Amino acid sequence: MVAVHLQDDLRRVLDEDGRVIKGAQVPPVPDEDLLRIFDTMTLVRVMDDRMMKIQRQGRLGFYMKSIGEEASHFAVYPLRKTDWVFPSYREQGAWFWAGYSVENYIDQLFGNEADPTKGRQMPVHHSASWLNYVSISSPVGTQIPQAVGTAMAMKISGTDEVCMTYFGEGTSSTGEFHVGMNFAGVHKAPVVFVCRNNGYAISVPIEKQTAAKTFASKAVGYGMPGVRVDGNDILAVIQVSMEAVDRARAGDGPTMIEALTYRREGHSSSDDPSVYRDPNEPETWGKKDPLNRLRGYLKHRGLYDEQAEKQIIERHNEAITAALARADSLGAPPVESLFDDVYEELPWHLVEQRQYLMAQPRTRSPHKH
Amino acid sequence: MPTMNIIQAVNDALRLEMAREPKVVVLGEDVGKFGGVFRATSGLYEEFGPERVIDTPLAEAGIIGTAVGMALYGMRAVPEIQFADFIFPAFDQIVNELAKFRYRSGGQYPCPVVIRTPYGGGIRGGHYHSQSPEAMFIHTAGLKVVIPSNPYDAKGMLLSCLRQNDPVIFMEPKRIYRAARGDVPAEDYIVPLGQAKVVREGDQVTLIAYGAMVPVIEEAADKAAAQGISCETLDLRTLMPYDIDTILASVKKTGRAVVVHEAPRTCGFGGELAATIYERAMEYLEAPIQRVTGFDTPFPYSLEHEYMPNADRVVGAVRATLEW
Repeated sequence: MVAVHLQDDLRRVLDEDGRVIKGAQVPPVPDEDLLRIFDTMTLVRVMDDRMMKIQRQGRLGFYMKSIGEEASHFAVYPLRKTDWVFPSYREQGAWFWAGYSVENYIDQLFGNEADPTKGRQMPVHHSASWLNYVSISSPVGTQIPQAVGTAMAMKISGTDEVCMTYFGEGTSSTGEFHVGMNFAGVHKAPVVFVCRNNGYAISVPIEKQTAAKTFASKAVGYGMPGVRVDGNDILAVIQVSMEAVDRARAGDGPTMIEALTYRREGHSSSDDPSVYRDPNEPETWGKKDPLNRLRGYLKHRGLYDEQAEKQIIERHNEAITAALARADSLGAPPVESLFDDVYEELPWHLVEQRQYLMAQPRTRSPHKH
Repeated sequence: MPTMNIIQAVNDALRLEMAREPKVVVLGEDVGKFGGVFRATSGLYEEFGPERVIDTPLAEAGIIGTAVGMALYGMRAVPEIQFADFIFPAFDQIVNELAKFRYRSGGQYPCPVVIRTPYGGGIRGGHYHSQSPEAMFIHTAGLKVVIPSNPYDAKGMLLSCLRQNDPVIFMEPKRIYRAARGDVPAEDYIVPLGQAKVVREGDQVTLIAYGAMVPVIEEAADKAAAQGISCETLDLRTLMPYDIDTILASVKKTGRAVVVHEAPRTCGFGGELAATIYERAMEYLEAPIQRVTGFDTPFPYSLEHEYMPNADRVVGAVRATLEW
C-alpha cells in the first residue's frame, strides 16, 4: 500500500487581518497576479450582488451567490491553459480567472441567443470548451468520475496535463464521490479534488453529512493525500493547490483538498437560511471574509490603493450594466435550434418533429428570462 | 472468409479499430487480463496494453463516468457493462450526462462513448442476468441504440458506432452470442446505422424483431410457411434512430404486422412501432398489429421458458392477424 499523509490541521498563511502567520509558507504569486486576483474576487462580489438584485426584481429566473467563498475559487490558480476543470456551481471566480467574460456569464444566465450553451440550461450552468471548463451539472457529484476519466485520458495520452474538479461537502455523501476518488487512487490519475466545505448542503449541516472528523480524512481510504486548508485564505488555498497540481503533474497521482469556508447567504435565490440556522452565524464568518483578508495582505505589502479599488468596482459595475443591456436586447435562441445538438446530425424523427413545431403558431414564454 | 460467432466478431471489430485508431480505449470489469466474462475483449490486453484495455474497480457509475470524461477529452471510450442488468447504477451518468453533454453544452462537448453490454434472457440467469432494458435508452434523447443479431452485423455496426460522434448503447444478444455463427470478412467494413434488414421476403405478414428475437421470427416464418403463410421478416438492427422507411414499405406490402421483443410489453418498443405504423399506414392494414413480448413481470428464473417469446407464439400472432 502507498503511504499517504493526512493534514487534518488547517493549513493557513494569512491571519484574519491579512498578516502572514509566522512560519507559514507563502506561495510564489507575483504582485501583478495578486492584484488580478483581487480584481477578479471583486468582480465576483459585484456580479453576485447585481445578479441577485435583478433576480429579486423578476428579471432573472434563478441565481446562486458565492459571497464568503471566493478565495476557494482560486485553487485553479496553478493550472495551465491546457489543463481541464470540472466545476460545481459556486466557483464564479474560477471562470472569470480563466477568461470567461462578463458577457458570456450574463448571456448564459439569460439563456439568450448569445449564450454559449444556446439556452439549453437554467442559469448558473455554464460551459466553455474554449477554456476546457466542462458543463456544470445539477445532480451533484456526476462531474467527479468524469474528471477522473479526463485525467486518465491525459495520462494515457502521455501529457503532463492536470484535471481539477470542484464539489461541495454535501457531495462527499454521493456514490459518485467515492467511486471517482477510488478510480483516481487506483489509476493514479492526475486529478485534484477540491471540496468546498461551506457548512451547508442547502439546509443540511456538516454533522448530518458525515461522522468523520474532517472531509479531507476521506482521502486516506482511497490512497491519496487529504489536505485541509483555510478556504478563506487566498494564499493558503493557492499554496496547497500548487502542491497538489505539482504532484499530479509529476505523475504522483491525485490529492483531495478540503477548503474550509462558509456559505454566508442562501444556497440559491430560492433558499431562506433563516429557517434552519442561527442568524448570527454568518456575521461570525464575515470577520474571516476572504476579500478583506486579501485586501489586508495587499495593504501590508503596500500594494493596496483605496481609490484603485473604487475604480475596480466602478469598472465592473459598468461592464455588468453594459452586458445586461446587451443581454436584454438579444432574443431567445431560434426556435428550430431546439432540435440541434441532440445528435451530431438530425435523425428523421427529429426532422419531422421540427417541421411540426415550425408549422405551429408561435407561443410566448411566460418568463422574462 | 472466416466463420465467427458474435463474441468473436465483436472482438475482431475492437481489435481492428484499436489498431487503426490509438484513441480507442476499452474499460470495464474483467475486460483486461481475463478478456471479459464472455471473452469479448480476449487478447486485447496483451496486444494493446493495460493503458488501453483497462480493468476498472467494480462500480458501473465509475466505468461510465470515467468513459464520459475520456470521451470529452477526445478519446474513443468503449466501456463494457458486464450484464445489461447491472447498468442501472450508471443510469444517471448515461441518461443525464452522457446522452445530454452535446445538447446541454450547446454543441461544445460531443461525447462519443460506445457502451457495450450483453442483454436478454434464455440463459438461466434470472432477474439479474436476463433483462432487456432497451426501451429506457430509446426513450432517452441523445442516445443511439443498436442491437445486432448476427456476427456480420455485430462487427460492421460496432465499427460504424466507433466512427460516428454520438453516444451509443450497443446491446449484444448473449443468448445467441455463440450460437449465431456466420461468415465475417477479416477486413474492415461497416454496416451503416439506422438501416433495418429484410431477412426474408414475403407478402402476407411482416414480422419485426431485433437481436435474439430475430432467430425466433425466422423459425416462426418457417413454421408459418409450412402452413402456407408467407411472412416477411425484418431485423431492425438499429432501434434509435430506427428505419421507418423499411418498416412502412414492408407493412404497406403485407398489410399485417407482428412485433416481437423479449422486453416487457407495456411501454416496450413494440408499442412505439405499432403506434408509428398506425399513424402512417392505417389504410394499408388488414388487421390490428400484434405484439409478442415478455410479460410485465420481473424476469423469472424457473419459469423463464414460459416468459420468453417463442416461435409458436409468433405463429399464433401471425394467424391472429390473418383470421381477424
